[in-house]
Amino acid sequence: MSWFNKEKAGIEKSVAKKSRVPEGMWTKCPGCSETLLATEIDANLNVCPKCGHHYRIAARRRLEALLDGATWQEFDAGITSVDFLEFKDAKSYQERINAAVAKGGSKDAVICVQGAIEGVNVQVSIFDFSFMGGSMGSVVGEKITRSIERALHLRQPAIIISASGGARMQESILSLMQMAKTSAALAKLKEAGLPFISILTDPTTGGVTASFAMLGDLNIAEPKALIGFAGPRVIEQTIRQKLPEGFQRAEYLLDHGMVDIIIPRTEMRAKLASILKMLHSPAI
Amino acid sequence: MANNFNLEFEKPIVELEKKIEELSMLALDGLDIAADVSALEGRVEQMRADIFSGLSRWQTAQVARHINRPFTLDYINHMFTDFTELHGDRNFGDDHAIVGGLARFNDQPVMVIGHQKGRDTKEKVYRNFGMPNPEGYRKALRLMQMAEQFKLPVITFVDTPGAYPGIGAEERGQAEAIARNLREMASLRTPIIVCITGEGGSGGALAIAVGDRILMLEHSVYAVISPEGCAAILWSDGTKGEQAAEALKPTAQDIIKLGVIDEIVKEPIGGAHRDHEATARNMKEAIARNLAELSKLSEEELVEGRYNKFRAMTRCLE
Repeated sequence: MSWFNKEKAGIEKSVAKKSRVPEGMWTKCPGCSETLLATEIDANLNVCPKCGHHYRIAARRRLEALLDGATWQEFDAGITSVDFLEFKDAKSYQERINAAVAKGGSKDAVICVQGAIEGVNVQVSIFDFSFMGGSMGSVVGEKITRSIERALHLRQPAIIISASGGARMQESILSLMQMAKTSAALAKLKEAGLPFISILTDPTTGGVTASFAMLGDLNIAEPKALIGFAGPRVIEQTIRQKLPEGFQRAEYLLDHGMVDIIIPRTEMRAKLASILKMLHSPAI
Repeated sequence: MANNFNLEFEKPIVELEKKIEELSMLALDGLDIAADVSALEGRVEQMRADIFSGLSRWQTAQVARHINRPFTLDYINHMFTDFTELHGDRNFGDDHAIVGGLARFNDQPVMVIGHQKGRDTKEKVYRNFGMPNPEGYRKALRLMQMAEQFKLPVITFVDTPGAYPGIGAEERGQAEAIARNLREMASLRTPIIVCITGEGGSGGALAIAVGDRILMLEHSVYAVISPEGCAAILWSDGTKGEQAAEALKPTAQDIIKLGVIDEIVKEPIGGAHRDHEATARNMKEAIARNLAELSKLSEEELVEGRYNKFRAMTRCLE
């Protein structure tokens, strides 16, 4: 669809300017204009200690903050995307995959681990937005589906932490099918009475929002995260009007009944633990 | 059907047809040209067959959007009897971009649901150009769950540029409506046959396209994004649709290789827009055959088979 990913480039650029913790010792917070020590923000999980502005945070750093100790185990880390359509615009898809892998982080846009939150064992999938804008192709869909199936098999809750521009255009129809595949796995989890918690972070749009990200028993958002189906620019072009203030931000979705709760990053682990313990009593 | 709209690449056919018409006029003056006319008619048919068997992906996308292409209500007219349209999502409203209701298919009661586009300006606006709001998807789900309750097979027709990208759609949960349909269709305990008949526009199409059998008309398209949308992002130029269509590989012939659809349904020579009845006949045959196969399966087998079908849609390296 013409709006999947459409806003990606724009959002990446504009948010990158203001929302990543800048290099260097001192930085001016875009939320409150205070001058802060970069290390101070970093120690606070990339949240401004003064005003609570949420900078983006690396996927692995978030996992470290969320899970108990070093007890987690990663699954399917080696699966990589393949350019089966020989998709080419300015660069070929294969070149884009290679460039993203060469950055040395993840081999695709999602990391799947088994870990524990205050002793509750969970299956967690977390998007790595730095890998092609967190876009979902076969690998992302497959790893998330396996993660949900592991949750089903081990009778554990599943958690997905989304940050994605949506479906990956370079895999065309098969990216689209990942929406159906992952949602079908969630149907099984629901039937088995196991919790699924969706955590929506900045930004979550397109095919990811329109599949598992909106299907949580609880949908939890981070403050001010951009969450939507169509990108803001596509909507503006369609309706030829300016969008209302705060449109598609977490608070707007809360007001419209689409998310259950907004939880600041610094409170996420404690809150999640409390919720999980109420929803799920693990088999002994 | 009056063919008052022609695509660029149909022009040679139209010109030849004009010549035949002019010649036929001469016949009225008593000239014996029957043999010439019939030779020319043969040439037209050959030309049409040649052009439509060699369509580029971009041309196929245009045929898929042809204004005279049959829409859901046309298929319902030609293939079903006793159609009773059912309206509304029981929450907010009735979305005219999706129609649905009870009908008989070869006498068997079924639930039929599909996107609906308009032909003239007034109807296009009324149907919101076939782009549903959340209410449309929620109506579709309500009808599918009703079908499950009364053990009726579900037959869907997919033809949309995409889900509507508007403020109201976002406010009322466009993403949630689509997502819920994907999950619920995956576990619906009744047969679902999906027919991609025109434009399979991304999530807006998929939201009524999770089924046991996916049939696709010969000149329809199905992709994660429209060629124009893709071009606007990757080429930063919305007019590069032709290149984007080649890259996206959205045709039935492309997609069947990936295991996303089960069967390509033939269109009459020259495209579905030239002969609604013949198109519907081909589609009806395919639906009937698949429905007969599915009706032999238990509910558990259906749901498990559907899960495995979508589960297998993966291309990656391990």
